[in-house]
Amino acid sequence: MALFEYEFMLRALAGALIIGLAAPALGIYLVQRRLSLIGDGIGHVALTGVGVGLLLHHSPVVTAVIVAAVGAVGVELVRQRGRTSGDLALALLFYGGIAGGVVLVGLSDDSSNANLMQYLFGSLITTSRQDVIVIAVLGVLVLVAMLAFRPALFAISNDEEYARVSGLPVRTLNLLMAVTTAVTVTIAMRTVGLLLVSALMVVPVAAAQQVTRGFRATMSAAMLIGVGAAAAGVAVSAEIDTAPGATIVILALAVFVVLTIGNVIGRTLKPGRRKPAEAEPPEHRIAVPWPE
Amino acid sequence: MTVVRVRHAAVAYAGREVLHDVSLEVEPGEVVAILGANGSGKSTLIRTVLGLVPLDRGEIELFDTPQRAFRGWERIGYVPQRMGAAGGVPATVGEVVASGRLARRGIFKPPRAADRAAVRAALQDVGLADRFGDPVATLSGGQQQRVLIARALAGQPDLLILDEPTAGVDAASQDAFAATLATFQRRGGTILLVAHELGPLEPLIDRCVVVHHGRIGHVGAVPEPAGHHAEPGHDHVHPHAAPEQAGICEWAPTGERMTAP
Repeated sequence: MALFEYEFMLRALAGALIIGLAAPALGIYLVQRRLSLIGDGIGHVALTGVGVGLLLHHSPVVTAVIVAAVGAVGVELVRQRGRTSGDLALALLFYGGIAGGVVLVGLSDDSSNANLMQYLFGSLITTSRQDVIVIAVLGVLVLVAMLAFRPALFAISNDEEYARVSGLPVRTLNLLMAVTTAVTVTIAMRTVGLLLVSALMVVPVAAAQQVTRGFRATMSAAMLIGVGAAAAGVAVSAEIDTAPGATIVILALAVFVVLTIGNVIGRTLKPGRRKPAEAEPPEHRIAVPWPE
Repeated sequence: MTVVRVRHAAVAYAGREVLHDVSLEVEPGEVVAILGANGSGKSTLIRTVLGLVPLDRGEIELFDTPQRAFRGWERIGYVPQRMGAAGGVPATVGEVVASGRLARRGIFKPPRAADRAAVRAALQDVGLADRFGDPVATLSGGQQQRVLIARALAGQPDLLILDEPTAGVDAASQDAFAATLATFQRRGGTILLVAHELGPLEPLIDRCVVVHHGRIGHVGAVPEPAGHHAEPGHDHVHPHAAPEQAGICEWAPTGERMTAP
């Protein structure tokens, strides 16, 4: 494709592909724990980090990683306490994060609306060479952690109490999840923007689980869908001149819709297959951030 | 060696004490049932033994090691009451059972042939070997319960701790369950289980511990089922009358309260 003869397009593509792989690899554990919206909340907090960076004339990506990581660890500590007021504490943290970010960006020298939009909705095309290197290094780290600790993270996401009784280092692994979530949110900020970050973590997983039967298969399929949507999203957005982040998310959602419809049709056509009606009544499937 | 030793344990939730001065010992190879009504504190007792609920007073030893210093958690197989509510994402029976192997093989090492064999053997033991690749969500409640016991067995534990394993489980699964536990005991395993009613598990039980209002009410043989209240000479100690505790009548304290050692 002629498009990718431009270096900035190649950089955009590289950034999107890494996020497309890493975000669902992490997101699957969040979906498993019914924490699908946590990425969104951490994204709000990361905006304060962006504001701090702009104010101090420092790289916003670095300050956003730090502030988001602090926020994510705070969220994890609230969750471990299991306080009923945790839900409210999180709401305060998240809205404080986005309001603080907007105010700090406004106070900085470079306080244009365009600048704010770039972080809220992504700005793949202005991704610098340095940005791509940061995204690549951090993205690969997240990916390696999620794949290497898959059995342990699966055990914790599936049944945290059982994992504790098994003697797994649950607290450490939960903190690892918190920090990697913050890192993923921040590096995805350049691709899809803070307001759509959660979508790349969750939508490919939701799409994949329409057709898979196991956890590992869902993870692989979600990464495939994520990377496919990212690549296609960058190409399509350049072609029809739309925002790349939103285009990637729309494409991932389209995959979800297609697989869901295909799943329903497939089930009606094959009556011999075990129907979910025979199964246990499913636990309520609404993804709320803090069930307990 | 004593597998589980609880001495003068007291547990409080939010300032309200739910277990008072409870002592309990489980010897190797024993099958001990903790019985009691809903809210008696029987589940709290085993959750405290497992370290899921903090101890307020008293002490707990596992395999002769104080609980705080105990690191051999792979020796204990825990079977919770229900499959966790988690699970927006599908997982196969094999994947869930394999997570029970993790404590023994360590989280940094990839599974070896022995680990895979242990997972298969555990599923064989509960009669679900043919469901290895099926999503757990497609199994019945009783089958899911058997998956949980397979998960515990996959770690090849010395002690099984089960929290109401047969509650709400169909008769066929209850029998399969009893057979699995019998096999485990024959191979030298120790079992501590909490139950509301024993059903087909009854022949396995060596000793019963009845928890009543947060205290040990009776220790010994499986209490006679309903009707023994009418017997002459029955020492009727029944401080409660609440209808929701009616189930305890089957295991009413017989007056021989266990004294602290």
